[in-house]
Amino acid sequence: MLQEEEDLSLTIAQIVQKLKGSRLYAQLERQAWVSLQKPEIKLETLKEDIKEFFRITGWEKKLHNAVYSELTVFPLPRHPAAPPEHLKEPLVYMRKAQGSWEKRILKSLNSMCTELSIPLARKRPVVEQKELLNKWNEMGTDEPDLSLFRPVYAPKDFLEVLINLRNPNYENGEHLNFKTHLGLIQVPLKVKYISELKEFFVELSLNTGQLGIDDATQVPPELFENEHVRLGQKVLAEQDSAAAQQYIRQGSPTALRAELWALILNVSNQPEDLLYYEQLKSNVIQHDLLVDSLIYKDVKLTASNDDYYFVFEDYLYQVLLCFSRDTAVLGHFAYNSASPPKSYIRGKLGMEDYAVFYPPNGVIPFHGFSMYVAPLCFLYHEPSKLYQIFREMYVRFFFRLHSISSHHSGIVSLCLLFETLLQTHLPQLFYHLREIGAQPLRISFKWMVRAFSGYLATDQLLLLWDRILGYNSLEILAVLRPRVA
Amino acid sequence: MSKPKNQCSKTHGAPKVKERDQKVCIRFKCTVLNTLMDVLRHRPGWVEVKDEGEWDFYWCDVSWLRENFDHTYMDEHVRISHFRNHYELTRKNYMVKNLKRFRKQLEREVGKLEAAKCDFFPKTFELPSDYHLFVEEFRKTPGITWIMKPVARSQGKGIFLFRKLKDIMDWRKDVGRSDDQKDDIPVENYVAQRYIENPYLIGGRKFDLRVYVLVMSYIPLRAWLYRDGFVRFSNTRFTLSSIDDHYVHLTNVAVQKTSPDYDPEKGCKWMIQRFRQYLTSKHGPEMVETLFRDMDNIFIKSLQSVQKVIISDKHCFELYGYDILIDQDLKPWLLEVNASPSLAASSQEDYQLKTCLLEDTLHIVDMEARLTGKEKRVGGFDLMWNDGPVSREEEGIDTAGTGNFVANTHLGCNNDRKKQLRQLFCSFHSQKKVTS
Repeated sequence: MLQEEEDLSLTIAQIVQKLKGSRLYAQLERQAWVSLQKPEIKLETLKEDIKEFFRITGWEKKLHNAVYSELTVFPLPRHPAAPPEHLKEPLVYMRKAQGSWEKRILKSLNSMCTELSIPLARKRPVVEQKELLNKWNEMGTDEPDLSLFRPVYAPKDFLEVLINLRNPNYENGEHLNFKTHLGLIQVPLKVKYISELKEFFVELSLNTGQLGIDDATQVPPELFENEHVRLGQKVLAEQDSAAAQQYIRQGSPTALRAELWALILNVSNQPEDLLYYEQLKSNVIQHDLLVDSLIYKDVKLTASNDDYYFVFEDYLYQVLLCFSRDTAVLGHFAYNSASPPKSYIRGKLGMEDYAVFYPPNGVIPFHGFSMYVAPLCFLYHEPSKLYQIFREMYVRFFFRLHSISSHHSGIVSLCLLFETLLQTHLPQLFYHLREIGAQPLRISFKWMVRAFSGYLATDQLLLLWDRILGYNSLEILAVLRPRVA
Repeated sequence: MSKPKNQCSKTHGAPKVKERDQKVCIRFKCTVLNTLMDVLRHRPGWVEVKDEGEWDFYWCDVSWLRENFDHTYMDEHVRISHFRNHYELTRKNYMVKNLKRFRKQLEREVGKLEAAKCDFFPKTFELPSDYHLFVEEFRKTPGITWIMKPVARSQGKGIFLFRKLKDIMDWRKDVGRSDDQKDDIPVENYVAQRYIENPYLIGGRKFDLRVYVLVMSYIPLRAWLYRDGFVRFSNTRFTLSSIDDHYVHLTNVAVQKTSPDYDPEKGCKWMIQRFRQYLTSKHGPEMVETLFRDMDNIFIKSLQSVQKVIISDKHCFELYGYDILIDQDLKPWLLEVNASPSLAASSQEDYQLKTCLLEDTLHIVDMEARLTGKEKRVGGFDLMWNDGPVSREEEGIDTAGTGNFVANTHLGCNNDRKKQLRQLFCSFHSQKKVTS
């Protein structure tokens, strides 16, 4: 009991610490000062009166939402003596594997850099800057020669790494034994059983209404749809993040989705956000990074060739180029098993004083990366809002799909969950695929790494991502795959 | 049996062979070699006839129609895929005339409000006949962009934009001096139309909609609207600064195919369902419903305006391709109506759409005599107009009185046609079993 209380006060202290540096804190402070002018606030009951004032004016709700937002990425309770690496990833062998994978990626990037004699970063001449600024809204019309660039890695390369992951505490001999998994993933991680999944995803059970199923033409709208839409409008009026997250588990009506997602991710379009985006944009204009060419290449190869997303090509550049300059993203590496790659100023290799993170946001894009952004273009049309939503989605969910960790929403667990479910519930299919040499994970891995973007029709995809937000977990991806298979 | 009117015409139509189990043998003729041929060949009981044979069904092209329709006698059951004078609707200059006349009639008979519903066509003048009227209008609003379109060509050929009268003076000279010897070659007719300068853009690109309307008869007017359709994007970003760039302004796939950025994999098309969802998430369901209601209005008014002019022959039906442009205020504009919409498929999805469209068209034409005539929906087609508006509600429920009329159109909505067709034909099958 005492331990729980201690943990709770520690959590509170940490969240308060985090929020103190945020804009919301400054706003609340300012609002409190302003409220002193009001007649309702009396000196004797100052604290209660100010609290009441916050409640009435909706500032309390905003604070609720901010705290809730922090809690969604808050780490699970752990031993107080554990070092910070444990927050990123508790299992040593996973950390090591992630470390060596990162070394490989960086090596590949550096060798491309040397081969092509292109610097990792360079300042643009003024003429070029002006040109880029003019073309900012239609960068898709550019046709740079990207033939020499190749993506740093593709999902299938990553899969090979995952297949070779082994727990050193196990006997990993040559011959198969009782503990060998039938699928490709050989690490003993705990994944949910079907009964646990049923409990976790209780709102997706057959007797609860779902959008995407129960709003089909044959079902009269009075049965579920109308009420659900009304409820959604109410949730938006209340501006309550937690309620929105609960609501969206049953799917979001098309018209309300953009606002609901913004509420759940706690993204609002304040003037400071617009300024921040403009700042990133000017960073892009001033400096050219090697990573930019990788982004261009990826967009041209994937999103531009997609029947539905090709229209949004220009937005993708506007978002991804700014994303790679955003150092605020570095914050998520505290709970991501990955670490941002470092680069050294020429000639000062190894000297920490001359090290910078490269790219500035620490994320090296791989083949298909732009597909994380593409579906969002259906919902958000204003570049700075689109940017913020994507950034939140990335630092909460997408990063887990391409880093090695033992987290239950990490890609390794998702793969294992998928394979286990398939083996348990469709054993004949699993066996058959193995026999013909087509391990099911090889087929469905790329769907999962992209969170199904580009593999599902947009309306279905958005309903799926509704559930990711609703359950704050990517496990739904692994559960969907056996259904698709 | 059909009889020749004079020695050199053909006979068409012979008694259908009816067997005891109701299998019919329908002879079809088709000159188009693509999706349509696939659909016709796969239809059970339909047999292709070669050049000189007799046919029960002919999907003809308009040139054949022009030359042969008047000399051909057709049996009662025979069907042909065009109306004799469809050009009243599909040639831009005639359509404008008919619409203007209809608008005046509405204003006289019903009132200004109703007449205003015909304002979905940008101001158009026929050239060279209305040249002076055009110049008058041109001078009233200087600086705006106009578009010049040949009346009878398709696929974006011969179209150009202009802002100064000088630009068309040059054109007039070119056209007039084409052939001095033969004075009786008619100058090709053009229409000058006000260019819509504020089109709705998605991803910075201009687009238009292709919608399919099937008309089974004009008197009485029976028209069906297909749920699917597509949105055609221009390959380049929209800007008014380069009016010479055809690729920016013309959205026909035929023009886009020649654009340097054209990637055949891309297809530049969206299905209308995606488009409807995109708009709904951006503007909300009410505005989108208003937009689609306004589009219904375009289809119906345009058909009504030619209702009295078109020779309504019971053998004829026609599948029109309507081109609609949407501006930034979410107002739809009619660009043109095509009597022979392209049936070639540019992608797998497109092939699917056109195959289903044609199959459902043939279901409605109903050579096999399976329908009762009371259906409001067949596959992906919804009965939009049946000598009067058709309501979504079931017959018997009095909605007219309450004013809650909702039209029986579902453009851009879910198209579960296979299921619907199964239900439709299964119920007939069981009915026939009972009666026979």
